[in-house]
Amino acid sequence: MLESKREMPVYLDNNATTAVRPEVLAAMTPYFLDGYGNASSIHWFGQQAKAAIDDARREVSALIGAEPSEIVFLSGGTEADNLAIAGIVESQKPKGRHIVTSRIEHPAVLNTCKHLEKQGFDVTFLPVDADGLLTADAVQRAIRSDTILISIMHANNEIGTIQPVDEIGRVARDAGVCFHSDGVQAAGKIPVDVRALGVDLYSLSSHKIHGPKGVGALFVGKGTPLTPLVRGGGHERNRRAGTENVAGIVGFGCAARLAREDLADAMLRTGELRDRMEARLQAEIPDLRINARNAPRLPNTSNIMVDYAEGEGMVISLDLKGIAVSTGSACSSGSMEPSHVLTAIGKTPGEGFGSLRISLSVLTTDDEVDRLVETLPGIVERLRQLSPHYRK
Amino acid sequence: MTYSDKLLDYFENPRCVGELEDADATAEVHNPVCGDTLKLWVRVADGKVADARFKAQGCPAAIATSSFATEMLIGQDLDSARRITREQIADALGGLPASKIHCSVLASDAIRAALDGLR
Repeated sequence: MLESKREMPVYLDNNATTAVRPEVLAAMTPYFLDGYGNASSIHWFGQQAKAAIDDARREVSALIGAEPSEIVFLSGGTEADNLAIAGIVESQKPKGRHIVTSRIEHPAVLNTCKHLEKQGFDVTFLPVDADGLLTADAVQRAIRSDTILISIMHANNEIGTIQPVDEIGRVARDAGVCFHSDGVQAAGKIPVDVRALGVDLYSLSSHKIHGPKGVGALFVGKGTPLTPLVRGGGHERNRRAGTENVAGIVGFGCAARLAREDLADAMLRTGELRDRMEARLQAEIPDLRINARNAPRLPNTSNIMVDYAEGEGMVISLDLKGIAVSTGSACSSGSMEPSHVLTAIGKTPGEGFGSLRISLSVLTTDDEVDRLVETLPGIVERLRQLSPHYRK
Repeated sequence: MTYSDKLLDYFENPRCVGELEDADATAEVHNPVCGDTLKLWVRVADGKVADARFKAQGCPAAIATSSFATEMLIGQDLDSARRITREQIADALGGLPASKIHCSVLASDAIRAALDGLR
């Protein structure tokens, strides 16, 4: 059972997950209660479900400029990343054993690549600069005659850096190497056109854009040689077996449509809110630094660092006041586990201690940001006063 | 990972924070891996801990265990103070998540380091 919600909670952790929009839930409900058929069935119930999935496929493909037939529905961003990487590697391994990726990928990509390393594949984990950026040149230099896959995320979940995916796409095409991009944090937050980006595969998640959890999609460009991971019936054009999560897919489709319709407004609004929030926090908190500030950044994402205060302490203190954010680093099992992203942009574990990620959405209100801006400075000051190192 | 209400109270409203100018012993212990630091000040009179204060930088568990251990120390005779274990500290705070046990070690280490400095 859900504990009763705190009064007027402030939710600023939208890169972790988002609220399902009421319109999305309303679109989903009939497919639990009435149109609950199996989309493979030939009767009325099945055909209702099939038509709903087709509609959702059009909406999701429209969000990223793809053809509906290039969208494979599956369980979420993690499965999309797994299918893209393992599916290409499986089909391309006769041609080579080398993969190019970056050090700041989501664990769904990083750990899939590390698993393949253990299987004898060679993986190049490209470094990034101090703002989390990597260049198409660096990707080009990493490509070898036996490279079979490039996987570079579009936008980073922790610091928001947007990679030059279009330039990397050209490099990949020139080299004739399959190119996957994890677009889980980008799609619905910035314009995405898979043709302009030149990607062969692109991962999407529903719950990052106000859709339900447990559903996502992989864009698989026409002619991309992908071996399925989940075998069974012929669902999703033989690319992902299993009875479709009809209501979930419907919700994803609705969320994708709303995200596409609201995109320009949402970018402007969250970007302005974020910039104002950062300016006010910097004015209120001495020695506050903003990560990835000099790179193209997601408009909704802010990653800040303060010294002499620790991230989990700030998160818990904010939570006790009803404000939800997250931290990149947490100490556990006697070891600091600094975020691999903050480490990759050159932060020491000590700096990583004091990091906070604040992520907005189209539903974020001015009042929510105000409450954070009014609350955080006092928390930082309290924690700094507790520190034996702080002298001010 | 969840913390007890008591632990959260000691994190939000830590007792015995500060420095003792007339301390008889101080100790600073540091966990080089996770970065937690605890500095402890102790004043001794008549074979007992007359007063103690702390400052700490670290996660909520580190701050709460440091505060609780410092409070626990005051009034104890030196022998029993030296016998304070990390389990006593953790148990009194309603237990610690497994990944945070090391935070209570910091507190018990600091107590022993400070009292050893008296000799």
